[in-house]
Order: sequence, then structure tokens, then C-alpha cells
Amino acid sequence: MSIETAERQDTAPVAPEQPMLEVKDLLVRYGRGRKAAAAPAAVDGVSFSIRPGETVGLVGESGSGKSTIGKAILGLQKSAGGTISYQGKDITYAGAAERRALGGELRAVFQDPNSSLNPRQSIGASLAEPLRIRGVTAAVAREKAEAMLERVGLPREAVDRYPSQFSGGQRQRIAVARALICEPKLVVCDEAVSALDLSTQAQVLNLLADLRDELGLSYLFIAHDISVVQFLAQRVVVLYRGQVMESGPAAAVTESPKHPFTQALVAASPVPRPAEQAERRMLRESLGVRTAAAVAGSPGGCPFSQRCPLATELCASQRPALRRVGAADVACHYA
Amino acid sequence: MIPNVAPAPADSAPATAAAAVQPKSGQRAAFSKISASRLFASPGGVAGVVWLAALVVASLTAQWWLPYKTEDQDFTAVLSGPTAAHWLGTDELGRDLLSRIFAAAAGTLGTSLITVIVGVVLGTALAMVAAGRGQTEGGISRVTEVMMSLPGTVIILAVIGAVGTNIPLIMAILGVLISAGIYRVMLGQAKSLQSQLYVDAAKVDGVSTLGISLRHVLPGLTNTIVVQSALIFAVGMLIQAGLAFIGFGPPIPQPSWGGMIQGASQHVYDAPWLMVPTGAVLALTVLAANAIGNALGKAPNTGVSHLPSAAARRQRSVAAGAAASVAEAGAIPAKGHLSVRGLSVGVDGGTPLVTDVSFDVGPGTVLGLVGESGCGKTMTALSLLGLLPAGVSATGGQILWNGKNLAAATEREMEGIRGRDIALISQEPMRALDPMFTVGYQLTAAIRRLRKVGKAEAHAEALSLLEKVGIVDAKRILKTYPHQISGGMAQRVAIALALSGRPRLLVADEPTTALDVTVQAEILSLLRSLVKDTGMSVVMVTHDLGVVADICDNVAVMYAGQVVESGRTANILDNPRHPYTLALLAADPHANTAADMPERLATISGQVPQPKDWPTGCRFMARCQFAGSACAAPVPLLPSGSEDGLVRCVKADELAVEGLEWLATEVPTHRVLKIVEKDLA
Repeated sequence: MSIETAERQDTAPVAPEQPMLEVKDLLVRYGRGRKAAAAPAAVDGVSFSIRPGETVGLVGESGSGKSTIGKAILGLQKSAGGTISYQGKDITYAGAAERRALGGELRAVFQDPNSSLNPRQSIGASLAEPLRIRGVTAAVAREKAEAMLERVGLPREAVDRYPSQFSGGQRQRIAVARALICEPKLVVCDEAVSALDLSTQAQVLNLLADLRDELGLSYLFIAHDISVVQFLAQRVVVLYRGQVMESGPAAAVTESPKHPFTQALVAASPVPRPAEQAERRMLRESLGVRTAAAVAGSPGGCPFSQRCPLATELCASQRPALRRVGAADVACHYA
Repeated sequence: MIPNVAPAPADSAPATAAAAVQPKSGQRAAFSKISASRLFASPGGVAGVVWLAALVVASLTAQWWLPYKTEDQDFTAVLSGPTAAHWLGTDELGRDLLSRIFAAAAGTLGTSLITVIVGVVLGTALAMVAAGRGQTEGGISRVTEVMMSLPGTVIILAVIGAVGTNIPLIMAILGVLISAGIYRVMLGQAKSLQSQLYVDAAKVDGVSTLGISLRHVLPGLTNTIVVQSALIFAVGMLIQAGLAFIGFGPPIPQPSWGGMIQGASQHVYDAPWLMVPTGAVLALTVLAANAIGNALGKAPNTGVSHLPSAAARRQRSVAAGAAASVAEAGAIPAKGHLSVRGLSVGVDGGTPLVTDVSFDVGPGTVLGLVGESGCGKTMTALSLLGLLPAGVSATGGQILWNGKNLAAATEREMEGIRGRDIALISQEPMRALDPMFTVGYQLTAAIRRLRKVGKAEAHAEALSLLEKVGIVDAKRILKTYPHQISGGMAQRVAIALALSGRPRLLVADEPTTALDVTVQAEILSLLRSLVKDTGMSVVMVTHDLGVVADICDNVAVMYAGQVVESGRTANILDNPRHPYTLALLAADPHANTAADMPERLATISGQVPQPKDWPTGCRFMARCQFAGSACAAPVPLLPSGSEDGLVRCVKADELAVEGLEWLATEVPTHRVLKIVEKDLA
């Protein structure tokens, strides 16, 4: 999809030809059999790419398929079509052995710090696991685990402790340490800071930003909160019911959204300044977006058409293709 | 009204108490420590362990201490009762019962163990395979269903017919038959463990399915395995005795418990004693195994079992109220006016959770209670409804509602107020709705109870309430069950339910946190229009400063159980006076636009202190960038100078003059280290 250069050049190195990750026409369906085939796909023809050192944000409401895309990339969810390639290599249907062969370059940080660490394993054992299955000796793995804990701002002694002894923010730091211990190139962060309090969330976001700048990491940053995404991402992909509505540079998408759904999403995110928030509320109410409880659009048309203030008969019958509007790609007949 | 409002555990002390009893050392050590402590906490468990251990030791060493050989016959004492020569008496051939019972014990226990091992290993392995590879589950489940429908006795008798009385083989086959049941028990647990995020993380690592089963699933099953083993051990022993009783035990001269009972049954009239020793030993052994299973299977003690009952809670709150209600407010406040004065909430017997909280909510206004988790905002909100969790109660101060002190009200009085005067909407709308009943049934039942109206009128009122909360096809929604509607719709229904008693005050505990932002905006608009139309007031608990800016007229910022700053929303958010408010705003990515997004967000080092660690001075001092020596003394809540604003900071004026900003510094490692160590202490 989009190949324009990101606006924030400072963190994105000059793009080589080969993207770090390329997702093309990804299709994911839940369930099996005829019934599942008739239901709308959870992810329907999504394409995007991540360049080395770049952070791409995936935003959308619940049920938009953003987490499903992350799972498909990580091999936790079967794809029904399309391709996912990592550094030019097709990994759409890669098994456990092939993923192991990726050498820990593709890693993940999950949402819930309570369940992303095995409560019966010490921190050291959790951190060492990805190294041990790649044949690293126990002593070296332990040393690396201690160094990594220090890197994320925790004491070395934490290796012998258990997840229950840490707060949510500390556990999320440990999860970051676990993801980064095999020196990955790409990290999928699935709502990595959503369960945290404001001040802790800021700590983990800073940590992710520091590690990216220091290690040249690429992130696929999945979140429902467009402001959080905007802090970390250079490019943003906005999803609605499994389809890309808009994608482009973070500043363009969040400051001057072109798609009616992105406009609604940005306007609905409240800011902690009462006067400005009152203005945003008026703007949102003037948009005339219909309630989220509205039914899905007809399968052939735009998925947002039932809620969209601009919708016409064309929208109900024909799915708009992504086209360039300003700096972003927008899937709307009238943007 | 307010059906099953489970108190949100996030802010509560019992939750941290439960966390504190988590295992603290090595994985296996931790497990055995828990089981062992659980086992020895129950008298039955102790007795069971003692009996089984004695039996095993006695039977293993039997050849050295038994007074007689098992086949020795003493014709001078046939069918005798207990004597000095034969402590437990003799059988019809004059054989010593004590010797025969203990000679048979090793075989009985050993072969029962075969059943346990075969059954548990097979059942657990099948469950782990089925849970690990979804496509095999159907097949394995069908096979186990067939196994469970086979008549076990017939199969065992058929095996005996084919291969003779080979006890170990028979017990192994019994194990295979029992494994189907074990599989059923283990499957659900294994599947829930498989769905944990740490299993996903291991899959991303490339850990094989077998590795995941052994490292991440099996340790979680150990407890169930131990409990099931104890129970199956008892079953195995009984079945084995039963088989020996009907003649399929070890060959005749060899002793077996079932065979001995069978022999005794033929002399039940002429020598009733003969039945007693063997029967008692068998019964005691089965009981011992069951007692061990029960002791291990008991739910782990979460540290709340000692908490008093609701009745005790009611009495105490009356007592506390009697002590506190002396100082009735001088002026009679207006109707629909909530005035909280010096409210304290604490765990019974000590730890305070909320101290000296005061605020006012006038009719038709919205107050925001804002802060991070663990700051006591939910506890404060729940105390307004008398819905504090068991073991937590209001320990001081007043909650004045229409001139009445709710902190001193009895449970009965509160029942009259809850739902009618004061209603609650919670974070999880689905928890307010019973999945077994339609939306219409729940709504009309609440309306009929709270407004004392007939069925038809209640139905019409339910329709109009749903329309009031912005549901377009109200007729259809009335007929649906809660699981058939979306989260945003469920929150609308929960609000309609809360409105059914025409409350004057709505306590909203994070009502939009679980919703998408677009839905959140709709719910906030709905609440705003309800406040405008009905003149109802709202106490809104939230951690989101954007929500505060959107809907609240006034705000009270809470930190570590105290109000640190309160006043008009515009004053507080645009011109914060307390360093904590300053820091929260600086850490909020919503406060910035893409154009002015900083390289780093401001953070607050460390975390909110636990109630037991609250200092006597400023509770924010340890994390504050501006802390000085003056902060170590207790800090009063003083007027901040802007309208009726209050701030709890000795440096507030100084900071305002200097116009300081909360800086985006990284958490110093030494500080994190110190805090972690304090947590562990």
C-alpha cells in the first residue's frame, strides 16, 4: 500500500526497498464451515507495510479486527487468504518450527499484564524461555535476563521473583523485556498500555519509544486510543469492521482526517481541556454520525455506510477502493 | 434495582491481601508449600495422612514384625475375638487376622496405585492434547464418551474370564476406564490455561505444542491432579475389595481385604467380630484417601474468610454512625444536595482506605472523582450507596443526603434509599444485567417494585425509559437477552435500569471505561441530557481527564485515599495547583495534539503507595518533583484562591508563582529499585 515517506524523518531511517513486514489483502474468518463463510470476515482485504525502524499504528473500535491482524502476523490465528511476508519471506502459513527459525526477530507484547506472564514461573524462567529454546545455555540466558530487566528499569534481583510480586506497570515492563530479549526487529504491541494507569502508561510508552530509538526497532502498535497511537506511530491505519478506512502519516490522519469514520473517531476522543472539549463535542455532534448501535452495512458496500452522514445509495452497493486524498489513502467515495 | 453490584476489586484492600498470599518461592516448592499447608490446615487431612503413612510403613515392613505367617493356622483359637496371642482375633482356620490384614495391605495399596497412575496419566495427557490441538478435541471427546457409556463391571469380568485374575492388569484396565472421567475434569481447566496470554507469548517464541503443554499447562493442573488421584485411589481400593469379595481376588491362600471380608460374611452370625478388623481397616483407608482429597481440594484461603457477615457489618455501621452523627450539620441543606464531610473508610480492624474526604454535589451538577487505581475513588463512591464490600466500612465522617447521615443509616434504611434516591451504574454494564432474563423482564420488575405500579403501566414506562436513553427500537430490545446486545447498548439499558426509581443522585463508577470512544461520547451526551432534563446530580468516578473535561462541573482529584485538589473543572484542568494533578495532565497523551506531541511523556516515578505505607506527611511526597522538607508534616486542605477551589499542598502558592511544569524525566532506576524492595518487605 502506501509508500510515501513518513513525515517524522527523525526516527525513520531512509527506507530500503524491502519492507520489514508486508501484509497484503489479508483475509481472516472465524469459525469453520459454510456458516463461517457466509458471515462477514473478521479481517477483509487489509494491506499495509512496515519499513525498518518504522512504527505503524492500527486503530479501530472493538470488533474492527485490529487484534486479529496482530494474531495473524504472529501465527496465533489462521489466515483465510492474502499474504504476510516478513523481510520478503512469506510467513502466512509458517508453523512453529519456521517461526522458531525466524530467530526471535518477530515478537509480541500483549495487553493484560496479569495473564501475559505465567504466574507459576519465575521472571527469570519466563524471560529465559525464548532463549533456551534457541539453545542458549542457562547461565547465559540468566545473565541476559538480568541485563534486560535492568534495561527496562527493574532491579536484577527480579529474576528470582514471581509475577504476583509486581504491579501492573512493572509486569508490563517485564513483558517488554521478554519481547526484547532475543533482539527482535519487529514487535507487535497489542493494546500494550491500555490496562495501565495514566502515569504508568506514560512510563511504558516512553520505554517503548526509547528502545525503538536505541535499537532501531519496528513496531506494529495496536490500540483503540488514537492519542496513544499518535504518540508512538509515524503512520496510522484506521480500521472499521475488518477493512481499512484510512491510512497515512500519523499527523495527517489525526489532525485532518478525511474519512467520515476517522473524523468521528478523532472527535470522540476527549481532551482534558474543558473549553476545547466543549468545541470538540459541538463538532462531533455536528458531524451527524449515527449511533454505533446501527447495523452493519450491506456486504457489497461500505461497512460504515449505515452510520455515515455522507452515505448515498452508491455507498450501500459499492465498496469504495482506497485512493489518495492529500497525504493519506482513504476508502470513501466522497472524501 | 442495582442487582448484584459486585464491588470493583481494583481499588480494594482485600484484593491486595489476596495478592499477598500468592506463592513466593520456586514453582514446585511454592506448589507443595500451598498443598501442604492446605493439607495440614484441616484435621481430616492430617488424620488421613497419618493413617495412610502408618499403613504404608506397617505393610512395607510387615515381613519383619508380623507375629505369624499368613498361612499359619492355630486350631486352638478358631474364630476367636481379640486375645493376647491374637490381638485382632483369628478366622475360621485359626489364622491371625492382624498378620493377614497387613500382609494384604501392600498389595492392595500398590495395585490401587496402578489404577491412579494409569487413569490420571492417560486422562491428563488426553486433556492436554485435546486442549493443545483444537482439531483433536472432537475425536478424543467422542472416544471418551463411548468409554464412559461402557459398563465397567462387565468389561472387567470379561477380562477376568479371558486372562484370569491378574490383579495388576485388571486395575490398569480400571484405570483406563476411569481416565475418561478424569479427561472431562481436566479438559476445561487445560483449555482455560491454553487461552492465557502467556501461552500465546510462548507460541510466538516458537515453543512446540508439547513444550507448551508441559511447561505452561501441566503446572496449572497439578492441584487438580493431586485431588483426583486421592479420590481415585479410594475408588480403586473399593473396587478391588469388591472383586475379591465376589471371588476374583488373589488365589485362595493368599490374603486380600475383599477375600477376608467375604470369609467373614459367612460367619456373620456365629462370629460377628471377624468382620470388624478388616472392615474397619478398609473403611478407614478409603476415608483417609477421601479426607486427603477434600483437604487438598478446598479453595485456597484468600484471607477474607475471617471477615464479618453482612449482619455484623450492619450493626457496626450503626455503632460507628451513633458515634459520628453527633455533629449534625447546622444548616439544613437543600433537597437533592449531597454533602460528604470528613468521610473515612477502612478495612475492619485497621487499615484505612479513604481518609477525611469532603465534597458537595448540588442538584443538577456533575462531580468527577478522579485518580489512578488504588486512590480510593471507587470506595468513596460505593460508600454513598452503602455498598462497600464485606469487611470494609465507613469508619468516620458523614454522608449527608437530604439532611440525613447515610454513613449512620442501617441496611434497612439504605434499602429504601438505594435505587429510589440514589442509583448506581457500574463499569461493566453486563454485570448489572441478569443473563437469564430478558431486558424487558428486568426493567419492568424494577419499575414495578420501585414505583408500585401495575404490569401494563410498568411495560409502558419501560418503553419510554429505553427511548429516553436513546434506544431507537425499544420494543425489540425489550424482548432481547443481555448477551444479544452490544456493550454500548447494555450500558444504555443499565442506565435505564438505574433511572427506573427516578433517582436524584446517580453514582457512575467508570461508566464508559469499557466502551469504545465513539460509544463513550454517546453515553456522555446521554448523561448530560439526563442531568439537564431531570435535574438529577451525578458522582462520576473516572480515571480519564478527558471525560472529566467533557461532563463534570466540579472535580475532586484523589490520591492515596485523600482529596488532594478540588474545585471547578475548568480551574483545575486549565490551571492545576497540586503537583499530582499537574503530573497527571502532563502524562496524558490526550493533552497533546500530533503537532506538539512531545518526544517523551511526563511520568510519575514509582506507584501509588499501599494504604499501610501511607506517610504521616504528604502522601505524594515520595513521587513529587517539588518535594521539600516541609512536606513531611501533615498537609491540610486549604483554599487555593480560585473560586471555591481547595488544594492539599504546602508549596501550592510557591509553585503557582513560579509557574513550574512537571518535567518528562525518566524514572531513576534507584528509585524503582527502592520501591520494589519496599513492596516485597
